[in-house]
Parts: sequence; C-alpha cells; structure tokens
Amino acid sequence: MQTALRTSLPETELASRANFAPHARVVREERPAQTIGLPLSISGLRKSFGDNEVLRGIDLHIPAGQFVAIVGKSGCGKSTLLRLIAGLDKIDSGSISFGDEVRTEDIRVMFQEPRLLPWARVLSNVEVGLGRDRASKDAHARAEKALTEVGLADKRDQWPSVLSGGQKQRVALGRALVSRPRVLAFDEPLGALDALTRISMQRLLERVWRDQGFTAILVTHDVAEAVALADRVLVIDEGRIAHDVVVNTARPRERGSAELAALEGSILSHLLSADDRT
Amino acid sequence: MSLIDSISFPRSFRLPRVDGLIQWIVPLAIIAIWQVASVTGFVPTRVLPAPSDVALAGWKLLLSGELVRNIWVSFWRASIGFLIGGSVGFAFGLANGLSQLSAKLTDTTLQMVRNVPHLALIPLVILWFGIDESAKLFLVALGVFFPIYLNTLHGIRTVDPQLIEMGRIYGMTDSELFRRVIFPGALPSIFVGIRFALGIMWLTLIVAETIAASSGLGYMAMQAREFMLIDVVVLSILIYALLGKLADSASRVLERATLSWHPAFQKR
Repeated sequence: MQTALRTSLPETELASRANFAPHARVVREERPAQTIGLPLSISGLRKSFGDNEVLRGIDLHIPAGQFVAIVGKSGCGKSTLLRLIAGLDKIDSGSISFGDEVRTEDIRVMFQEPRLLPWARVLSNVEVGLGRDRASKDAHARAEKALTEVGLADKRDQWPSVLSGGQKQRVALGRALVSRPRVLAFDEPLGALDALTRISMQRLLERVWRDQGFTAILVTHDVAEAVALADRVLVIDEGRIAHDVVVNTARPRERGSAELAALEGSILSHLLSADDRT
Repeated sequence: MSLIDSISFPRSFRLPRVDGLIQWIVPLAIIAIWQVASVTGFVPTRVLPAPSDVALAGWKLLLSGELVRNIWVSFWRASIGFLIGGSVGFAFGLANGLSQLSAKLTDTTLQMVRNVPHLALIPLVILWFGIDESAKLFLVALGVFFPIYLNTLHGIRTVDPQLIEMGRIYGMTDSELFRRVIFPGALPSIFVGIRFALGIMWLTLIVAETIAASSGLGYMAMQAREFMLIDVVVLSILIYALLGKLADSASRVLERATLSWHPAFQKR
C-alpha cells in the first residue's frame, strides 16, 4: 500500500523529492545521451493470418518521444500492429522503419500478463531485461535502479509469487525499462488490474515516460486510459486507421475533467458507430 | 497426478518438529499391536514371528556382516541402475521435448517399448546376461527410464510459451533460454518422474534379485525361505519399506531445495 501511494503523489512533489533523494539524482545524471525516443514510420503495412486479413494497409508516422494510444474493438488488429512494431511477428508487406539503427534492447514490450520467471527473485527478473548486458558488472546496480524507479526496491529478494498483481506488473515495467529502451510498446498492460491499481500504474507509466523520453505505444481497450495518457489516440477499425485524434490537454492531466471526458465521448462514438455499421 | 503429488506433501513436510513425529505413530502402533498379538499367541510365530524376533534376527545378521553386505549390494545396484536409466531417460526427454525431429524419430518406438512390462523381459535378460550384475542393472535402468523420460518430456512441453516468448524478446540465446526458462519450468514435473522412478527401482531390483542373484536383499529373503527362516524373510520386507521411505525422503529434500520458488513449497 505504501508503495502504491508513493506513485500517486502529484508530479511536483515527486520532483521535489527527487532533489533530496540521491538515487533519483543519479538516475538523471547517468542517463546516456542515446536514450531519446525513436521516431517510427510505417507504410503500407499488411498482415494476414490464413485467409483473415488483419491489417489492411497502415500508414503512420510517430515522432520521437510521442505517447500514442491505439484503441479499437477486439479483433480490429491493434495488438497485431503492436506485435509487428515490436518485431514479434513477421510483416507480410509494407515496412516499419525507425529513424536510426536499432538494437534489440532499444525496443521493449510489456504484456497484459507480467510474464515474470517464477523461479527467479524479483531482482533477477529485472536483470533479464538487460539483454546482452546481463553479464556485465553493473547489471545488479542497473537492475536495482530500475526497481527503485518503479518503487519496488524493497521487494528485490522476493519470489514473484508473493507479489500482488499490480506489483508484478511493476516488476515487468522495471524489466522493460532497465535497458533504457527507445521505444516501449504496451499491450494492454493494465487490463488485468483493479481500478485503483490501474490509476496508480497509469501515473507511474506517465512519470517514467516523461523521465526517460522513450516513444510509447499503448494498446488499450480503455478509452479513458488512452485520453488520460496519450498525446495522440489512433482508432483502428477493420485493419485500417479510422481516426487519428490529437490530445492537447496539458499535463499533469486531471482525471475525469470535462475536457478529457468530452474527448473520450467522441472517440467512443467513433468506435460505437463502427460497431453499428457491422 | 503431477499437481496433486507435488502440492500435497510439502504441507506436511514443513510442519514443526513435534508434528514431524506424527507420521511415525501409525507404523509404531502397528508394530506394538503385532508384538502383543505374537506374545499372546494370537498370531502363531510360524505365520508371523514377533517383531522382537525379527529384530533379533536382524541383530545376528548385522553381527555376521551379512546384512550390511546384502544391503550394500542392493543399494549399489539400485543406484547405478537408477543413474543409468535416469540419465538416458532424461536425455531422451530433453531431446524429444526440445526437438520435433527427435520426437518424431523416437517417440513412437519408446511408447511401444513402454507398454511391454519390463519384468516380462526377465527370461530374455537372463539368457542375454546370465545372472550377472549387468542383468539386474539392465532391468532397473529399463524400469527407471520411462517415468523419467515421460515426465521430463511432459515438463518441457508444458513450459509456459509466454515465458519462452518473453525470453526470446529479451534476447536470450538458446542455451540461456534452456537454463533460465525451460529447465526450471520443467523441474517440478521431472521430480514427479524421479519419485515414480524410485518406486519402480526398488520393485524391479527386488524381483530381479529374488529370481536370479547370488547376493543382495532379494537373495537373502529367498535363501531364508529355503531354510524356513521366516524372521529373516519378514526382516527383508521391513528393510524394503525403510529403504523406499529413505529414497522418497531424499527426493523430497532435493525437491524442497530446488523448488523453493514454488508457492507450494514456501513457508508461511
């Protein structure tokens, strides 16, 4: 509970804490220059599974460091798009290019399930995220730093089985962050969490995104979550981008504000009208 | 079978010391009742000798060195046979769990051999190996092979594919993936195989020693029967029970040490 509360503190208070916490300052100073987000260009992207054409030509440009949310009905192809971006599936035709040469450590995915190794302690699970750097001397220190960022430093020697759902997901976030990725893809990472844990996780996601500046791509079925977190919401319908909505609301955003609610309403009506058509 | 097996026992195993003695109440009570029944003449000693007579027979055999020698011979045969059969079974389990080609090539054959009761091979084995050590080792190894093979294969096949995908995404090489994901994931199932195999190991060895041997516990029991030494026969049977329990306890200790991450093995 203690740790959950910590992440829900307002940004200003987090920032002032950071000035006193030596850990947090070290994180800021040591951040290598390369951990800026990567831009992403997708053109003519298609993907079929058997006779089922899931993506029917996606053209999209995401500037570096943008937070993009992808929403749509289930089966619309949003998760497929994410898996293609993350390189988990093969592209049928079209292309996805990042503005720079990418290493595998530059692109990380977080799933709905935490996918932690049950037989590894929390800290070792985070170390898995270092990829090829796992064997390096500072692996421990880097994993601990990532664990501190997600507020679970005190759980480093626990088995995953004793953690709550929200804590497991934070360990998974720490594992995704530890290699300082330049693109972070989220596949409904908060889908299985209860409402309160969800909100504190959303704040945590927003905070690490602002701190680290990676390009974030969030697939979600929760439109409220999409407008609360993203700079831009893409509505996908029948394998195409049906709407591209920019969210200009200043951060930190106030949950449930009229502005966000109106935006959420209009996006929902897009989704529902698409539903009526079929 | 695997889940129930691996979950039900550690609860009793992690109980405090006093509770640890509970499991011995029933065996000790049985021995006490048996002693009383023998002493009062309710059970004739020709049918079943009193526990005290059995203990006395054990003491005599211990002094003559015969008991220790026979236990040692049987223990040695069991261990070597288990090691051989277990390693081969483990190796095939790994190969067939990890490689489709290997599974296609060998699994059908192994399943056919599995369905032949291995003790039915005793006449053939005696013709091949005589009543030599190798005959017993061959039978034990064959008996131990299948539970270990099947459970290793099952364990590897049922490792969570989401974890394997995660491992690949995070850039694990094949050997790392095996070491950090597949093998630990298959371990609970492998232990179930080991515990089944330990039971089969004793069974096979005793049958083989009773039929064709010139030393060992099974041989000792057969000799005793020839000379109507019923106390020695009963002694041998009790020793089988104790050795079986010992082997099972050893595998439990090993299991607890390596599966401490498993919720079923955590102290609460």
